[in-house]
Formats: sequence, structure tokens, C-alpha cells
Amino acid sequence: MQVHKYDVVIVGAGGAGMRAAIESGQRARTAVLTKLYPTRSHTGAAQGGMCAALANVEEDNWEWHTFDTIKGGDYLVDQDAAEVMAKEAIDAVLDLEKMGLPFNRTPEGRIDQRRFGGHTRDHGKAPVRRACYAADRTGHMILQTLYQNCVKHNVEFYNEYYVLDLLTVEEDAVREDGTAYKQKRVAGVVSYDLASGELHVFQAKSVVFASGGAGKVFKTTSNAHTLTGDGMGIAFRRGIPLEDMEFFQFHPTGLAGLGILLSEAARGEGAILRNSEGERFMERYAPTIKDLAPRDIVARSMANEVREGRGCGPNKDYVLLDLTHLEPAHIDAKLPDITEFARTYLGVEPYTEPVPVFPTAHYAMGGIPTNINTEVLQDNDTVVPGLYAAGEVACVSVHGSNRLGTNSLLDINVFGKRAGIAAAEYAKTAGFVELPEDPEAYTLELLDIARKGTGDEKVAVIRKELQDTMDANMQVFRTAETLNQVLKDIASFEERYKRINVQDKGKRFNLDLLEAVELGFLLELAKVMTVAALHREESRGGHFREDFPDRDDEKFMKHSMAYKDEHAPADGSAESIAGIRLATKPVVFTRYEPMVRKY
Amino acid sequence: MSAELAEPASKIELPAGVGGGGEIPTFDITLRVRRYNPEVSEEARWDDFKLTMYGTDRVLDALHKIKWEVDGSVSFRRSCAHGVCGSDAMRINGRNRLACKTLLKDLDTSKPITVEPIKGLPVEKDLIVDMEPFFQSFREVMPFLINKGHEPTKERLQSAEDRERFDDTTKCILCAACTSSCPVFWTDGQYFGPAAIVNAHRFIFDSRDDAGDMRLEILNDKEGVWRCRTTFNCSEACPRGIQVTQAIAEVKQAILSRKI
Repeated sequence: MQVHKYDVVIVGAGGAGMRAAIESGQRARTAVLTKLYPTRSHTGAAQGGMCAALANVEEDNWEWHTFDTIKGGDYLVDQDAAEVMAKEAIDAVLDLEKMGLPFNRTPEGRIDQRRFGGHTRDHGKAPVRRACYAADRTGHMILQTLYQNCVKHNVEFYNEYYVLDLLTVEEDAVREDGTAYKQKRVAGVVSYDLASGELHVFQAKSVVFASGGAGKVFKTTSNAHTLTGDGMGIAFRRGIPLEDMEFFQFHPTGLAGLGILLSEAARGEGAILRNSEGERFMERYAPTIKDLAPRDIVARSMANEVREGRGCGPNKDYVLLDLTHLEPAHIDAKLPDITEFARTYLGVEPYTEPVPVFPTAHYAMGGIPTNINTEVLQDNDTVVPGLYAAGEVACVSVHGSNRLGTNSLLDINVFGKRAGIAAAEYAKTAGFVELPEDPEAYTLELLDIARKGTGDEKVAVIRKELQDTMDANMQVFRTAETLNQVLKDIASFEERYKRINVQDKGKRFNLDLLEAVELGFLLELAKVMTVAALHREESRGGHFREDFPDRDDEKFMKHSMAYKDEHAPADGSAESIAGIRLATKPVVFTRYEPMVRKY
Repeated sequence: MSAELAEPASKIELPAGVGGGGEIPTFDITLRVRRYNPEVSEEARWDDFKLTMYGTDRVLDALHKIKWEVDGSVSFRRSCAHGVCGSDAMRINGRNRLACKTLLKDLDTSKPITVEPIKGLPVEKDLIVDMEPFFQSFREVMPFLINKGHEPTKERLQSAEDRERFDDTTKCILCAACTSSCPVFWTDGQYFGPAAIVNAHRFIFDSRDDAGDMRLEILNDKEGVWRCRTTFNCSEACPRGIQVTQAIAEVKQAILSRKI
């Protein structure tokens, strides 16, 4: 085991991690630990754009953007955070341009902007052109530009170092009201070097989690194979709560059967959705902005069309994305990659044929709770000094119960930057926290469970069954019955997980072992998501309960907070289900009263 | 422009059989995978796997089927699985491709399909190579915007034509398919290789950048663009369709015309 010492350690090298590293690296001694080479991160798969009220092509302002974000999130958004994001969006885009990002341009040479779902002029009057973009490769350009600037600033990367544990200590502390509590402090992280199979402990004054999402709990997903919720899982196991995990976004237009993403930019550029009767069915569900309604509404509408027998294809299990009325030259200029995906993977020519699509698991609105300064919370309001989180792994919460398209690329830039600055500034004033005794002991045990298992269960089989039940029971439509089915299934998967057998026994690039560890995180997170979904007996944003189809502000206008608690009694009460304790956290309101959400 | 588009029809007649459909055929393949694990043996070998696959499956699906159902020790990198992250460049039937973008049905399935690591970089295990030399070359061309003027308060202006000038080379995903297909790179480990030149091109021809001359000087080195023998392997290998050989030619032209 080797021990390294840095002021700041950043976990993850996608958009949020590298944006943080650019700031932190210039202020403090910083290391970035990443499971993948930085340019492999899934930020690169984002397509459509990044919204900011630049008003380059039509009237716009950041207050409208704030409102759209809050309404899009069905009012579960913390309004102070949404204001910060919409306001700082403008500089975030300009920062990227100055770093070299090749945005598409207007005839005047300014950054061009286009329409996107849920982004509107003057509080919902009509779609507005707010998304800054680079063809349908905006995420690719952001990831490359940030990596280029990390190279420029000599950021130190530890590539293929898989972080498996967060090292914390607990100190006795007393609140202002005199009650005693345990204050967590950060000491560092433990990582597993994939190339050598050796453990490395990184002692750090500040740790920034920027490790992305957990889409692989589902079968049909736009997420990369590597998005297994590691950061959320690590924090949860170390007593940090997870916020709003029941809210998972299903992107309307995944390639049918495959889940590969086709950007909402297609609809922003004029594409429309049709059912088997050729109808533009979104006119029924969102008469004002139709195909450009927020994702939760479009995804649910599509699933409803299929349920009512108006799906297409031999199994009537998808709908169609129709671009055939658009000029091929326009498609080539604005949507080159996604049309190539349709050709490559489905053999469909988008110039002349509509493309089969169906909702695909896309984005975790929930995650590690933070305040607007990206400081991680150990409960509703106690900050863990030195611990930060940004991007999909975090819940600040700017997305509430449904994220608007483009707001994730914005989130990683705005809050990634904030995290990098805050972590470095904290490290300037703070000392190192002493490492706990045997800092690697927990991680060794974790690896040994997988490595030394001699049972008869295969990781891939359990993972597939988990993904199948999540797709069948935790997707766009949910009921108490389906959710209880998932919990029952997970309980049996957890038992079987104890008997897994990893075939690769070597140390070098043991990706078989890695998948076993990842499955542990997936099981843990799927359970948290489902417990929180069962507890939320209402429908809001991306969480739709058929047995509770209305939003219930009286009972549920609050964030959910899930804590790992081995002592939580499995008494069937709503607040505690086998090892997980649920609590709530108030939503922050500034100026917007909740209204009925119509488009 | 989308803003000026007429509203599409509320309802249209769809042609019969739209969206394709019918039964997806299955077929049998043999995947012949190059295996190497120095923990076990210094000798590399071939392993054959017989698999039943579906019509839309890719080489990556076949590798996953092996890893998940047959032999968990088969090792390869992958992440996004749809051709944008650049993790799974490998040599498939002797050509560099991304495993996630190569449909099995497009290959000759009557013979074993060979899968090997990309060439010219040290093999670590099975299909995994050490990417560090590749990224080292990338870093050496100063792959970032350098602008000596004052920072404007808003964005720098760039005409659509100037933006288009370097569009092709912005598509690079650093998968190394081009560089590791280059015969010069195989025999001369010092050569920058096509990917680094592509990334230099991306900035040399960006109207906002002021360091083109410095990069041209770097690439005028004896291990620079002049080592290129114009075999076009790189252009054929690029999974993003970048005209790599043309980009290298443009860099050569620029060196000559600027008389460095």
C-alpha cells in the first residue's frame, strides 16, 4: 500500500471533475483520481447543448431560465441554487468559449443558440432559443476542451485509479441549541490501481466527488457501462445521506431496444414524435409547447401511447421520431452524430424514414446533498468540512424532480467551478486530518468478498436480473405493488451477491473484480431509489405513481433524505425499510410559488 | 433555420412496415481473441469462442458475452458503447475499429473473427494497451487554445466559415485507432503519429488561436509530419470519419507556406 498526500483530491474526471481541477490546480496541490482516462467520461456523450440566457439570437434573461428550471423540476428545486446556476450560466459559457470550445456561430459570429425542451420565453409563453451548442456534440466538445485546459495547467491525473472508500473521522460536537452530535471530517480516499491491483491511500485536506451517475441500475439506458454510482455508494456507506434518489430521468428518445441517446436537439431543430397512426401525439399532452415539453412529460406520453396500443413495430413497443420534413443539409449541419447512430445501429435512414425511439434511463436527479457552495451535508444542514460534490453525483438541488435538457452540462460547469475554488480555498486554511488506523482495511475486506468468493453466482447474471426488474417495475410508471416487487427481488440479489464467484483471480487489470464491486454499489443504490419511491406517495416530475397520480404539496413538497442505518427497524413503517432510514429536508423557496405544471 | 420552419402536419399516413421489424435473425460466430497476461505467461495465444449472436449485435456485445458468460478473465476497455468515448479501439479482422461500432453482421461470419489489441503500444493484458505514449504525443503539440490578446468581456467572435475551417478535426475522440494503424508509428516509437497531428491541426486552423507557428515548429521536427508516408491507413481507421491524411497534408502545407 502506498500513501500520497495532496491538498485537494478530485474523484472523477468528467466535466465536473475537470472543471473543478482547472480551478483547484491553479490554487492548491491537486490530484484527480479517475476510473477511466479523462476523455472517456460520459460527459462526452452529451449532445444537444448548454443553456445560458446570452440573448444572442432573441430576447432572454436569466430570471426566465431560473423560472423554467424550477417549473421543469416540478417545484422541488431549491430556488437559491437555481438562481445561482441560471445567473452563472452566462459566464460558464463564456469561460468555455475563452478556453477554446468551438461553439456553432450566428451569421454575426456570436455563439449560436437553439431551442430545447422546457426552456421558454417569459415564463412559459413559447419556446426560446437558449441552448448554446456545437452541432450535436456539445458534451464531446466540453469534455475535450476541459481536458485540453487540464493539460495546459499541468493537472495531475491518476488514470484508472478506482476510488473505493472515503476516509472520515467523527468528532464529538455540540450544536448552537446545545444538542450533541458527531461531526464528520474528511481525511482522504482509498483507491485501487487497476493496472497493478495495488491499493493507494490519498490523504487530502479537501475531497471533491465528481464521479457521475448510476444509470446502470436500469437495463435500457443511455449511460455508459461504467456509470455504476460509485461515488454515491461510497458516501452512503460512510454515513452521508442521499437526497431525492427516487427521481430518475427517462430521456424520451433512446434508440428503440438499445437505449442509445438521440438528442432532444432533434426536436429543438423541428423533429416531431408520431405514433402508429401517424399522429403528432404530443399535441394532446402539451398543447402549447408540444414536442418540446420537459422530458418527464414526453417520456410518460410516449409510454402511454404504447400502453394504449398506438405503438409501432411488430411488438407495438416504440414510437417514431420524425425528421423527414427537415432538409437533409440542415440535419447534416445540426444533427450529424445522432443521424449516424440511427444508420449504424438500426439501419434507418433519418432523411427519409422516421426513427424508432423509446424512453431510456438517463440521469439521476438525486445524489449526495450539497449546499450552493458544493459543500456536502451530513444531515439537513451540517456541512462536512473539506468534502465537496458536483455534477450528477451531487444533489444541490437544481433539478428537483425533473431536470431540463442542457441543465446538466450547465450544472457541471457552474458547480464544478465552484467546487474547485471552494476545495482549494478550504485547503489553504485547514490542516490534514490524521488518517484512521489501517485506512485500507475496509477496502481490502470489500475486495476480498468479491475476490475470494467461491460460490456459484455470476455477477453478470445478478446484474441483469436487477436491471430487468428495475426496467419492469421502477421505470416511467410505478405503483406500491411494483416497487415492493423490486425490494423483494433486491433482497434475494443481496443474498446471492454473498455467493458470487469472480473468475479472474489476477491482480493486473482485473476488470472482472471491478464489475463485482460495481454491482455492490448498483444493488445498494437501486434499493435506496426504490425505498424512496415507495415512500413518496404522490406523482411529481420524473416520479409517477399510478396509485397516487397527483402532486401532493401538503405532504410531499420536501426533499427525501435516505441514510444507511443498520439499526433501522424493518418494521414495515414508511420511514425505515431494512437498513435504510428515511427523513425529509425542506425545499428552499425564494420567489416562486408552486403552480399547476402545464405546458 | 428551425425558427422559420412551417409546423409539421398533425397527422400523416405512415408507410407500411415503418421502423423496420419482423424477427431479428440469430447467427453463429467464432470470435478469435488474442490473449496475453504476463502474470500467467509471457507467451501470447489465441482463444476461440463459439457464440450465438443477434442481428444488431456488435463486436463489443460478443466480447461481453464471453466475459459475462464464458471467461471472466478476458480483458478489454469499454465505456459508452456507442462510439463516442474512444475506449474500445481494437484490431478486428486486421483493421482498427471501435468494437462498439462494428456490427457483427457486417463482418464475414463464415470465418473466425479475429480481435487483437491495437499495434505499436505496449500490451498490458489481452486487448488492453498502455495508452501513455499516445497521450504523451498528444500533450506535446500544445493541444489547447493560446490567445495572446486581451480577454474580451463577452465571447470572441468567429465567423461560421472560420469555425467550419477546423470542424473535421474537432471530432477526434483520442481512441488511437489512427495512430496505431500507421506503419511509421509501428516502426518508429518517436513519431508523433496522426492523432497528435490532428489535434494540432484543430488549433492551427482555429482563427482564435495565436500559437500556430509554435505548433508548426514542433511538427516540423524530424519526428513530425514529414515522417508521414501518406498510406491513408489513418483515414480508413478513424471511427469518426475524420480525413486524417488530409489534415496532415494541410499541416505540411502550412509549414511550407510559413517557411519555418
